[in-house]
Amino acid sequence: MKQSVQTNNRLSEAVQRIQPSGIRKFFDLASKMDNIISLGVGEPDFVTPWNVREASISSMERGFTAYTANAGLIELREEISKYLYNRFQTAYDPEHEVLVTVGASEGLDVAVRAIVDPGDEVIVVEPTFVSYAPIVSLAGGIPVSVGTRKEDDFKLTPEQIEAVITDKTKAIMLSFPNNPTGAVMTKEELQAIATVIKKHDLLVLSDEIYAELTYDGEHYSFSRLPDMRERTILISGFSKAFAMTGWRLGFVTGPEDIVRAMLKIHQYTMMCASTLAQHGALEALRNGLDDVNKMVDSYRQRRNFVVKSFAEIGLPCHTPGGAFYAFPSIKETGLSSDDFAEKLLMTERVAVVPGNVFGEGGEGHIRCSYATSMENLEQAVERIGRFIK
Amino acid sequence: MKMESKDIEILHIIEENGRVSLSTLAKMVDLTEDEVKQILKKLEDKKVILSYSAVIDWSKVYDHEGVTAMIDVKVTPQRGVGFDEVAERIYRFPQVKALYLMSGAYDLSVVIEGKTMQEIARFVSEKLSALDSVISTTTHFQLKKYKHDGVVFEEGEDDQRIVVTP
Ligand SMILES: Cc1ncc(COP(=O)(O)O)c(C=O)c1O
Repeated sequence: MKQSVQTNNRLSEAVQRIQPSGIRKFFDLASKMDNIISLGVGEPDFVTPWNVREASISSMERGFTAYTANAGLIELREEISKYLYNRFQTAYDPEHEVLVTVGASEGLDVAVRAIVDPGDEVIVVEPTFVSYAPIVSLAGGIPVSVGTRKEDDFKLTPEQIEAVITDKTKAIMLSFPNNPTGAVMTKEELQAIATVIKKHDLLVLSDEIYAELTYDGEHYSFSRLPDMRERTILISGFSKAFAMTGWRLGFVTGPEDIVRAMLKIHQYTMMCASTLAQHGALEALRNGLDDVNKMVDSYRQRRNFVVKSFAEIGLPCHTPGGAFYAFPSIKETGLSSDDFAEKLLMTERVAVVPGNVFGEGGEGHIRCSYATSMENLEQAVERIGRFIK
Repeated sequence: MKMESKDIEILHIIEENGRVSLSTLAKMVDLTEDEVKQILKKLEDKKVILSYSAVIDWSKVYDHEGVTAMIDVKVTPQRGVGFDEVAERIYRFPQVKALYLMSGAYDLSVVIEGKTMQEIARFVSEKLSALDSVISTTTHFQLKKYKHDGVVFEEGEDDQRIVVTP
């Protein structure tokens, strides 16, 4: 056997500092089992609408197999710009303020790297998508977590950010509708946050990838607030709304100087996003909104079903206003999130994700994705009900 | 008939799955079971919901394979009643599964199901062609069903996702 010598020295400190994702751990456990119902999946259960798949196949047939412009096909950037304006009333110049990325994931990474210097603090609002804190650390920054609470419906309050701001604070990462809580924030609630952000001159990374999946009203984009456009980087993509997770396509928009900086990083690391995927995305924006609406109707019905059924079996759950996750409290069972999820998997074969993997405030909860068939949801509710009796 | 948005939502759900339970349906549309029951009754009474049925792939059931034909029929419309009278005379036959009045090269499109080709041939020659107002018929047999009523036969789009993702 090969000796592992000085492994510590050959890995960067930044990479050693970050933990492997808790989701991975749970995946390893669940993937070894058969016949499980999975509520553990953070992606749509729909396959990408056929016209989008067809457009991509056709682009291949026509020989679009070369690199595109670094920032992405100009037609696509124009279409993204129109889409954002029509849907969310945010105006961005397609030539200088839109960058097509490899998923919102890359968008988040280039955004952080474009603004964070070593030692800068970035506020991460938890429970949250698992990659925010690690990408801040990898960029040399210091993630500072703020935990939202069930009592506030997992919304962020201005007092909570005031409490953690220091003179090192550079930016805050927001994500509403939220993964894993499904929380959304209204214009007024966002405005209260914006006031603090302006006062302390912070930048905002607003991850609005679930914007389309908003059930009880219109999504309000952070960058629409007065004076916020100039300090907001808007990150989004095609994964959730258009059921295109495997395509790896997203975009970032923001003020020109920041987009130019992000483009530099993107240019030297990715060159450009996949050409095939970009052609699919064009079709998605041009002709895909009816499909999005159908999927949203279906998620809304399932959300209603899950929240009501959880209440019936005695699993208290706030009503998530967006995304496709329910985040019920399991505190009354006396189990930790990890134990609950593991025992549920072992005894009833239902996979959920323990809330603590999403950070502060997540303990005592589980994330249940309702992006699965009604039949699965009915079964899952029955099994979870039996489990907590 | 003007309908409430909840009525339409319910119609969409049961069109896709007529077997959904009342309690599940009620939760999905955020109404009580009683309210949903009333809506369903209203929609049934007004003949918006005509029946609850299943799409079955009979070719998979041993000895139950049948033959389906679509027959283009040209007819002479009757004074006063147009196509309606001849249409009624045709759709009364139990073998007729569907009947549409069409624009274009022919007037009526008749969908017939039978056990054998002979059975359908007999129906066409003895029943359809024998009607006074029928001028001509063209019979097309279906060879294979790929998609019917929005449902794709054979292929299921299986869940390709791994069990836990961020
Ligand atoms: C909040 C949030 N942001 C970003 C992503 C990643 O999206 P993409 O597939 O576009 O990289 C996810 C995926 O789960 C997410 O939940």
